[in-house]
Amino acid sequence: MHNFELVKPTSIEDAVAALKEEEAQPYSGGQTLLPTMKARLAAPTKLVSLLGIDELRYVRIEGDQVHVGGATTHATVARETKEAYPGLASLAARIGDPAVRNRGTIGGSLANNDPSACYPAAALGSGATIKTDRREIAADDFFEGMFMTALEEGEIVTGVTFPIPQAARYEKFIQPASRFPLTAVFVAKYDAGVRVAVTGASELGVFRWTEAEEALSKTFSADAVKDLKVDDADMISDLHGSGAYRAHLTKVMTARAVTALS
Amino acid sequence: MNDIKMKVNGREVTGSVEGRTLLVEFLRNDLRLTGTHVGCDTSQCGACLVHVDGEVVKACSMFAAEADGREVTTIEGMANADGSLNTIQQAFQDHHGLQCGFCTPGMVMAATTLLRDNPKPSETDIREYLDGNICRCTGYHNIVKAIMAASGQEVDRAALAAE
Ligand SMILES: Cc1cc2nc3c(=O)[nH]c(=O)nc-3n(C[C@H](O)[C@H](O)[C@H](O)COP(=O)(O)OP(=O)(O)OC[C@H]3O[C@@H](n4cnc5c(N)ncnc54)[C@H](O)[C@@H]3O)c2cc1C
Ligand code: FES
Ligand code: FES
Repeated sequence: MHNFELVKPTSIEDAVAALKEEEAQPYSGGQTLLPTMKARLAAPTKLVSLLGIDELRYVRIEGDQVHVGGATTHATVARETKEAYPGLASLAARIGDPAVRNRGTIGGSLANNDPSACYPAAALGSGATIKTDRREIAADDFFEGMFMTALEEGEIVTGVTFPIPQAARYEKFIQPASRFPLTAVFVAKYDAGVRVAVTGASELGVFRWTEAEEALSKTFSADAVKDLKVDDADMISDLHGSGAYRAHLTKVMTARAVTALS
Repeated sequence: MNDIKMKVNGREVTGSVEGRTLLVEFLRNDLRLTGTHVGCDTSQCGACLVHVDGEVVKACSMFAAEADGREVTTIEGMANADGSLNTIQQAFQDHHGLQCGFCTPGMVMAATTLLRDNPKPSETDIREYLDGNICRCTGYHNIVKAIMAASGQEVDRAALAAE
């Protein structure tokens, strides 16, 4: 790994200032970035650690919303949203393994937007709002394709606000070697309708399966999605599964989530 | 270079490390605590698990400078004060929870936080908790058995074998 300078600011303001430098990069749990640096796929000269910033580490339940600080670990979300938003807690509790959950953060996961990551499905499936040091971005506008987001250079995710649904369920079909989803679906039932977000399946990253949302908003039952077709044109095809297989999994996982919630 | 100071197995230690020095490198090379193993170096195997402020982390996936000011416990800090094996370690020995022993330090560190948070885990709980700990030798059955035994629960050999 190339060497770098590690800085540990204690406020958002100082972190943003440190990130103005060229080749500086935010660093949270390191559960993605550190292995990437070992592989020399990233070689920042300055890492700005966000974990020492207290104002980025919180879970607050307020009315019908859950607010999570950008540098909050998966383990903390799993523990502290259990009662207010069990669908979210259960997703966080199944990311990777215990050691990954003790380090990895929601901000790092969303900013990275791995096409197989779990949190993007929760954010999109909940219609969450992503807060940064300079603005608020609706989840619908945040994810811009595989490893791409609306974040600008040096912009950091400071928090996420999730509207609490009536009920939600994350069905994750695990790729056993990586423990990431091979395909996973987040289904959330709101007064305004049902949202269905799919991860691990598309070349374009996390997406909403709108046909299923419409059908489920009318009739919330697994039968409602039975005859829908998932287009496999943009689906990921790799040694773990073909595009057609992932399209099929999308439907199966959606039906399982709905069955569990019915 | 970063000057760092932390408590390792109850003892204050100091060091001077580069930004890129991994916690596991600091433990093994600088402190000569070679009980923490490096199996994969790619965050997959769990051989390098240690506790930082009481929680399991992969020491190959954290920089030494990030542990500055923290409390770190490694496998060397797990035995009883008189040097005898603690309950979990003894159970691994009694139930043949290891063969080559390479994965064992990580297994013991994981088992320790599991039993702290969930004193009477089911076999499924144990297997799920060990998702990030890979063993090339045992086939896991005896590891699960050892952890069941360490939790004071009956070990059901038939049920384990059927899983
Ligand atoms: C063995 C293993 C299994 C895993 N399994 C899963 C899984 O099942 N599901 C899953 O979703 N993930 C999984 N992960 C990934 C894990 O969840 C990561 O923790 C997460 O994707 C990245 O979060 P981090 O805090 O570690 O970010 P880092 O690795 O520190 O950073 C990742 C990227 O985000 C940027 N960044 C970090 N924080 C911010 C911020 N606040 N604002 C803006 N940019 C930021 C960094 O510059 C970097 O580009 C797994 C990882 C491992 C090692
Ligand atoms: S050596 Fe750290 S996870 Fe394998
Ligand atoms: S005992 Fe050999 S790797 Fe587990």
